[in-house]
Amino acid sequence: MLSEQAEKNKKAKDNIEKKMRKAPRPEAQTSVFVIRKRTFTLAFLGLFVLFTVSALVTEYDVIGGFESLPKAVAWMAKQFIPDEKALSRLSSILSKLMETALVSVAVTVCAATCAFFFSLFGTKTTKTHPLLARTVRIVAAFFRNVPDVVWAMLLLFSFGQNILTGFFALFFATFGMMTRAFIETIDEVSASCVEALYATGATSLQTVFNGVIPSSLPEIVSWVLYMIETNIRSSTLIGMLTATGIGYLFDLYYKRMDYGSASLVVICIVILVIAIETISNKIRKVIM
Amino acid sequence: MIMPILEFRNVSKIYDNITKALTDISFSVDEGEFVSIIGPSGSGKSTILRCINRLVDVTQGSIFFDGHDISQADKKEIREVRKKIGMIFQHYNLVDRLSVIENVLHGRLGYKSSISGAIGYYTEEEKERAFEILAMLGLTEQAYKRCDELSGGQKQRVGIARSLMQEPRLLLCDEPIASLDPSSAKVIMDYLSDINRTMKITCIANLHQVDVAMAYAKRIIGITAGQIVYDGPPGDLSKSKIYEIYQSEEGELITDAK
Ligand SMILES: Nc1ncnc2c1ncn2[C@@H]1O[C@H](COP(=O)(O)OP(=O)(O)OP(=O)(O)O)[C@@H](O)[C@H]1O
Ligand SMILES: [Mg+2]
Repeated sequence: MLSEQAEKNKKAKDNIEKKMRKAPRPEAQTSVFVIRKRTFTLAFLGLFVLFTVSALVTEYDVIGGFESLPKAVAWMAKQFIPDEKALSRLSSILSKLMETALVSVAVTVCAATCAFFFSLFGTKTTKTHPLLARTVRIVAAFFRNVPDVVWAMLLLFSFGQNILTGFFALFFATFGMMTRAFIETIDEVSASCVEALYATGATSLQTVFNGVIPSSLPEIVSWVLYMIETNIRSSTLIGMLTATGIGYLFDLYYKRMDYGSASLVVICIVILVIAIETISNKIRKVIM
Repeated sequence: MIMPILEFRNVSKIYDNITKALTDISFSVDEGEFVSIIGPSGSGKSTILRCINRLVDVTQGSIFFDGHDISQADKKEIREVRKKIGMIFQHYNLVDRLSVIENVLHGRLGYKSSISGAIGYYTEEEKERAFEILAMLGLTEQAYKRCDELSGGQKQRVGIARSLMQEPRLLLCDEPIASLDPSSAKVIMDYLSDINRTMKITCIANLHQVDVAMAYAKRIIGITAGQIVYDGPPGDLSKSKIYEIYQSEEGELITDAK
């Protein structure tokens, strides 16, 4: 009885050993860890060299730069405290801030709507022609990779210093960014149900409305909220170029060396962005 | 003589010009049969099912469904074929954020115009039928729940309900129980076998468990590396044949563990 058990155990052990002999650990496998360590070291060294070279090329004085930091902070602290004059301008600051925020929201919503329909031609889920999908991706990459500030400068030629310039600059950049984000989101979240819907004989249009939109909507809303936050920040910068919105006010006060008012503008922007971030986090929690 | 509902004639499938998934497959299935396809991972089981409803295109040969060659079908014909063929997936493939009843009604999309399907317009009869099917599968209480709140076994029953809404002639089941615990798996297999017997719907199921396949199917097709190596009743499937299908030696299969 006992020997039978031992026999069985031995057989099992033999089997395992046979298997192990069958599959010896290949040489390359063991050195994976070495390779990883080497990669990290190289990456670190590479970054260091890059930093040194760029500091040399730009003649940037690293130590001096850090030394002057405390002085700069002290100067800013003294100059940038909103004074009474600044507070008297609060209402005009707030109205410009409101304008900027509303434009950002409008731009983001318009761009997102266009980007969604555009991205449908770029996803695998709709089974469009591969060439069309490729074209969509390239167009999106083009719009995305031109920075919004550059868009603003280009559009300044055609529209002049006008709120439309800022609108379209943000629109193009947002559109490119969102198209790419939507394509990836849609491919990721709806691939499995889309397959099942096609298998029932559904058309592409039916599949988009019954499968793609319901399953990707929360992610898409989340992206839109994120882009609204980003665009409020960017629109401040673009406003300086196009002389509109809150960016214009900041630029104006700053050039008049009215630092108190300029800092009040900054404070208002920060509060607005934080408020919007908080609200969108709440919304995200509800929809997810 | 009854015409077979499905016939493969010398079908080959090569993915991306390199991966040979199926090589010269020929078999036919009669109306009302319950066929199980077994074979090791990567042998081409899913590919066979996907060729039938044209989720993948065959490279060579032809497939006849109900007497029509569907391997050359155009877009419109593919839609006609698909609405008569239900498919059940290992991972259920439901729209998780929609309710059970909405998912079940998706089975009707193939019968609708593009627009009315897109806006989700369903007739009263269709809704009634959906609730009947849900009741039959014991899902009445779950009808308005969101699918991501369901257990795996319940999700698979929703998947079955969706395919039954299509009034299918043929049911393709790609590893329907591979993600389920043994008792939910039995429930699902019993439903499938019931549907096959009482509703006279032909079933083809890919299964990983040889014992389940032997218990439920009247006919087993064993494939290895894209070729049929066994086609016959489960009674004739010898142990050595199973080892041949799975290309393994005695004592190496999980069914051998005691
Ligand atoms: N979309 C695809 N593109 C390229 N190759 C594929 C694709 N789908 C499957 N294959 C290949 O075709 C072969 C058969 O795959 P298939 O999915 O049919 O196997 P299977 O028997 O269903 O396996 P499993 O039991 O793991 O599901 C495999 O070699 C696989 O890598
Ligand atoms: Mg498979």
